[in-house]
Amino acid sequence: MIRTVWFGSGEFVRLLLCYIMPAVTNTQGIMYICDCDGYNSNLMTQNYDLFRCMLLIRQFEERALAEFSAGKLFGTTHAYIGQEADAAAIFSVAGPDDIVWSNHRCHGHFLAYGGDPYKLAAELMGKATGLVGGRGGSQHIHWRNFYSNGIQGGIVPVATGMALAQKVQKSANIAMVFCGDGTLGEGTLYESLNIAALWHLPILFIVEDNHYAQTTPIEKGVSGSIPARFEAFGIKAFEQDSSDVLILRPTACEAFQYVRNHGQPAGLILHTYRFAAHSKGDDPRDRETIAKLRAEFDPLSIHAPRLSSAELEQAEAEVAAVIDDAFQRAYADPFPLLQ
Amino acid sequence: MPTVLERLNFALQHVMETDQRVYLLGEDILDPYGGAFKVTRGLSTRFPERVLTTPISESAIVGICNGMAMRGLRPVAEIMFGDFVTLIADQLINHAAKFRWMYNDQVRVPLVVRAPMGGRRGYGPTHSQSLEKLFLGVPGLRVIAPNSLADPADLLESAILQDEGPILFIEHKLLYTCPLLEAGKGDLADLQIEKIGLQNPAYILRFTASAQADLTIAAYGYNFELARAAALKLAYEYEVFAEIVLFSQLSPFELSPLFDSVRRTKRLLTVEEGTLTLGWGAEVAAQAASVVPNLKIRRAAALDLPIGNAKTLEDAILPSLDKIIQLALETRA
Repeated sequence: MIRTVWFGSGEFVRLLLCYIMPAVTNTQGIMYICDCDGYNSNLMTQNYDLFRCMLLIRQFEERALAEFSAGKLFGTTHAYIGQEADAAAIFSVAGPDDIVWSNHRCHGHFLAYGGDPYKLAAELMGKATGLVGGRGGSQHIHWRNFYSNGIQGGIVPVATGMALAQKVQKSANIAMVFCGDGTLGEGTLYESLNIAALWHLPILFIVEDNHYAQTTPIEKGVSGSIPARFEAFGIKAFEQDSSDVLILRPTACEAFQYVRNHGQPAGLILHTYRFAAHSKGDDPRDRETIAKLRAEFDPLSIHAPRLSSAELEQAEAEVAAVIDDAFQRAYADPFPLLQ
Repeated sequence: MPTVLERLNFALQHVMETDQRVYLLGEDILDPYGGAFKVTRGLSTRFPERVLTTPISESAIVGICNGMAMRGLRPVAEIMFGDFVTLIADQLINHAAKFRWMYNDQVRVPLVVRAPMGGRRGYGPTHSQSLEKLFLGVPGLRVIAPNSLADPADLLESAILQDEGPILFIEHKLLYTCPLLEAGKGDLADLQIEKIGLQNPAYILRFTASAQADLTIAAYGYNFELARAAALKLAYEYEVFAEIVLFSQLSPFELSPLFDSVRRTKRLLTVEEGTLTLGWGAEVAAQAASVVPNLKIRRAAALDLPIGNAKTLEDAILPSLDKIIQLALETRA
């Protein structure tokens, strides 16, 4: 039994389940221990860690929004509340050295990647101890192989170039890039799909369709079919419409395995719901509708019944301590000075 | 002497030969075509694995190069016509130029984007422009323009291998066929040359026979050809002796060679092919004026118009030798 100790050390043991699964070998002869069939099993460790990951994201985002409301944070943030199952599922099957390109809504991805909540909180506050020394803020962060930028679409060719670098350097790692339904409006995304397919690049294009591009509903922003966008370029598309991390996980695993083992790009389309505003208070959506969505599609409520009450209490206590520690330490840190 | 084109091609051959990290990406760069202006000729034959012809996707070309550069490679992108840099503005400004600083110096983006600029070939409004001025003053982005004096091969090789990038490398189309100048010969027979700086050097050219210069002419790239012709004509026909300050690096601004010259001459003429308003010369002049009180300034540049296709229109819109001489003489009035 392997337990995740992923704060403090800043590490998240992402291939947790893989350790007990049969090994497979990818096209470059590198062994990856992964078996997608196994991901439906209800091991307690797995369920606990997935829940804890989602809870950490939820509480981090709620804390950040609360601090903004209290006037203690300055600038902007884009909460991942409602979409936590996507990140938990993806980073439970991603390789430890895979390259991650995230977007403006990057906190959930970063925390599931194994990033340090304290460093992230410090960056949100613009502290010298933040991930990038207070220079980037909420949507421009970098740590290890994780990068984010606040430009819609522009990150897609950059991730594609990193996939090319992985390929020519004969690395077994793949690149992934997180887009939203709104990103589908950007032309450079399609340029990248075309080239990734032509050059057989190991990249997973992840579309988290949360049904709204800022305030614009998908009906007014996206024509036709999302998977057909990928299929038009000869790119295999994996799709899942769920907020259940245990349903998302095997789909994510299949997509990663496909890219890794075939050295080909793929699309992973995850339909989800964002319960919070696009940014802070800018949500013109009907509150009742959001409440209904939340009642039906909250990934934490869906997953919580799989844990014992003792485990739930433990997760709550652990996460609360981590978040408190992160924000309190970050508040005490100094602001950067221009050299 | 070899031409600028030959030296650029040599530089690409040389860096690809010596460094496996170098990749070329661009449209129609494969042999036998070898690129629209033939700068990449022969490369795909020698290095088929590392010369990648792309779809017509300028934004993705530069975006992909950004990603490659951040992961240990040394990519060089060719933008077929410099006019298309509008399509890569987001990748240069919001990605390549930002990453190093905004990630707190934790990454490097050693990327070179080559772009043939400039008119006088009758290509019309969207294939003749000098758009580099739009990219000057972007923090984190270096803009370099080769000329016929500094060896373009040195400039390009150091841009690709020595610099931590990103770099926009501006090649004027008419410069390709220009032979490199030789000290003491031809146009340079009566000029002495002072080189300032090692990487991306600036030069001051002075008439050997004249102790005191009357005027400073600042130029870069192909416009050094015009500036030089103007300086020779001014000297031989008007007995007005100009110093030429030639820049290889346009941005960030490093104007100390110019300041030294204008302190002596108190007169400045800038020569560029981009449009006049808010151009390179405007900033050069403003900075020079802050150093030399009562500096007399004129700027030769394109009219604030699209570049017409007809030769009569193009000639009237782009700065001519006559216009440069007229403006030079105005600083003496």
